[in-house]
Amino acid sequence: MDKKFEMNRRSLLKGSAAAATIATVGADQLLNYATAWAQAAPWKPEKGAKINVLRWRRFVEAEDAAFMKMVEAFQKATGVTVNISNESFDDIQPKASVAANTGQGLDMVWGLYSLPHLFPEKCLDVTDVANYLGKKYGGWFPAAEAYGKSKGKWIGIPVATTGGLMNYRISAMEKAGFKEFPKDTAGFLELVKALKKNNTPAGMALGHASGDANTWLHWALWTFGGNLVDKNDKVVINSPETAASLEYVKQLYDNFIPGTASWNDSSNNKAFVAGDLYLTLNGISIYVTAKKSAPQIAEDMNHAYLPIGPVGKPTELHLAFPILTFNFTKAPQACKAFAAFMQEAENFNPWISAAQGYLSHFLAAYDNNPIWTADPKNTVYRDVAKRTLTPAGQGSLGEKAAAAIADFIVVDMFANYCTGREDVKGAIKIAERQAQRIYR
Amino acid sequence: MSTVEETAEVSRSGEPSLWSRLKTNRNWLAIWFMLPAAIFLILFLAWPLILGIWLSFTDARLARPGQFVGFENYEWLWDDSIFWLSVFNTLLYTIVASAIKFAVGLYLALLLNRHMPFKAIIRSVVLIPFIVPTVLSAIAFWWIYDAQFSIISWSLRQMGLIQENINFLGDGNWARGSLIFANIWRGVPFVAITLLAGLQTVSPSLYEAATLDGASAWQRFRYVTYPLLTPIIAVVMTFSVLFTFTDFQLIWAMTRGGPVNATHLMATLSYQRGILSGRLGEGAAIATAMIPFLLAAIMISWFGLQRRKWQHGEGND
Repeated sequence: MDKKFEMNRRSLLKGSAAAATIATVGADQLLNYATAWAQAAPWKPEKGAKINVLRWRRFVEAEDAAFMKMVEAFQKATGVTVNISNESFDDIQPKASVAANTGQGLDMVWGLYSLPHLFPEKCLDVTDVANYLGKKYGGWFPAAEAYGKSKGKWIGIPVATTGGLMNYRISAMEKAGFKEFPKDTAGFLELVKALKKNNTPAGMALGHASGDANTWLHWALWTFGGNLVDKNDKVVINSPETAASLEYVKQLYDNFIPGTASWNDSSNNKAFVAGDLYLTLNGISIYVTAKKSAPQIAEDMNHAYLPIGPVGKPTELHLAFPILTFNFTKAPQACKAFAAFMQEAENFNPWISAAQGYLSHFLAAYDNNPIWTADPKNTVYRDVAKRTLTPAGQGSLGEKAAAAIADFIVVDMFANYCTGREDVKGAIKIAERQAQRIYR
Repeated sequence: MSTVEETAEVSRSGEPSLWSRLKTNRNWLAIWFMLPAAIFLILFLAWPLILGIWLSFTDARLARPGQFVGFENYEWLWDDSIFWLSVFNTLLYTIVASAIKFAVGLYLALLLNRHMPFKAIIRSVVLIPFIVPTVLSAIAFWWIYDAQFSIISWSLRQMGLIQENINFLGDGNWARGSLIFANIWRGVPFVAITLLAGLQTVSPSLYEAATLDGASAWQRFRYVTYPLLTPIIAVVMTFSVLFTFTDFQLIWAMTRGGPVNATHLMATLSYQRGILSGRLGEGAAIATAMIPFLLAAIMISWFGLQRRKWQHGEGND
């Protein structure tokens, strides 16, 4: 790391010590940096450019504050007017799709998962931005390329990912007879069973929870070697491996807290912080909330990677946030400049610090951000972008994979079997039929 | 032909031209006056409908125009168990909820029609569920039905009646029942207040006459109130059925069609497949499949309204 980065680290450390709110890198300092950056940057924004940016609505308040600070500095330094609008996770995609369809309204969308791949031909080629950032900050993790590239071109810039990892209560795990969190699926099942016996149950969403349910059920499918499609996008869900993962998840489900079939993305957060739930899959947001509202729970909880099953390697799926620029924008240079500016160290470091672990980076250099080591309970979230696969699994990430995940094919397959609506064969058949329709 | 020659001559000789006749002719004038309304209706009602039906015959996806594929979407849906489940759910939801809404609404209307203290206040209180934005009431119900924090489960547990929380939204049948209950809660005021308005138009002299003739309370209802109320009932129930059939917000805010599609209505499934999953053609096909059901509901009340028997009771054709 060069000297500039070191300096920044120090100011950061001070900031994060001051409070977990915003790393208070002075606003002037940021503006000075932004002005210098704007002069040196390879992208010269169009005169009087106005760009409309849609982003997902924040979960961690300080993250949003840091983001808006950065936007402010960018506006002042470049003269570009940036309109930021927020939408909830579920509404981002419909809005972006309408913009793509009508060719107006938005210039950039910061969305989730494979959003740019839903309409790759409407996305501006941002290969230059990706190369610039990759070269400057230690290179992209492999998942970043999978998320950002289509047919050799970058159609979106992966900004960050939010990890879905194991959240557990330390005391409950120890009482269940485990000194450390199990690393394999067999041990994990034992833990879940023991937790149920001790009346300190585990629970993970089997409802239509876009984040939580998709994340852990894809993990379960993949870790037993099951896949929706193979490398050539051929539907291969009907396999003994899929059946094995169904049986495994059924055993987990039978030992879960009741009601997980109706859970949405916030259900487990509420139950965990209320002290009714002792093990679940989630982002770091439970911990962040608990530190404020339930310190005794924050004290007693920790995070772990997802266990590894028969395939012998991590098969996690985390929620990525790529930012795309529409090719019909009137200010492509301004958009590119903004996308690059977001991930410059001077912006990105305070920003992910403010996010308190909720946002993990795709660029190798940011492994050094102190947020990951300041609190050892944050550390596992540092690696999620390194460990994540894409929603496509082995197949190609594109509109088909995006459609399959939006239609909850895998989630419903597991829920069908676990809730007893279908037997193993029936559940797989339904999923296979739906997948074949999408992947025709 | 002579007429053609005549008109040609007329315009040549300075008589009213075609344009001025179009401006002044009474029949044409009528068309001109209707045109704005017609354009409005075509642009905002008929055109989207036609476009939706057209989309259902294509394989259009979000942000990409589709190819005409004939009935392919419908053929696929015909064999799709989730689609048929959603049809079943929609019918169950509509029939059960509408029937109960009618019964409870009528009962409430009859109660409110009596003379009692604080009549005006009570009548406005009844409207509250209808006034609260749907999404808000849905979120309130979502908490009431929560798997862990349900107030109902909690109360029953405190009373020692149950050991474990009721799985309101996690079990298919419980979820259906819970949603139907929420819909009834929301829909009853509309039925009740509209029927009440109808009741108030019934002349008290009819009741007096019936009472003098020795009619019992039931007979007064059956032979005076009910026949006079039928037109209103037909209108109210048409609206009620339409609203229930196309309900979206309640379901979406509470279950998203889960658990395992047990509460997917055609409207929610159409949204999930058409917008979220990006398959506009298939989503449009599901939406189009709702039209026959809606038409049937409208027809029933339409022909009901035309029939004097319905309006004035039997034996009064």
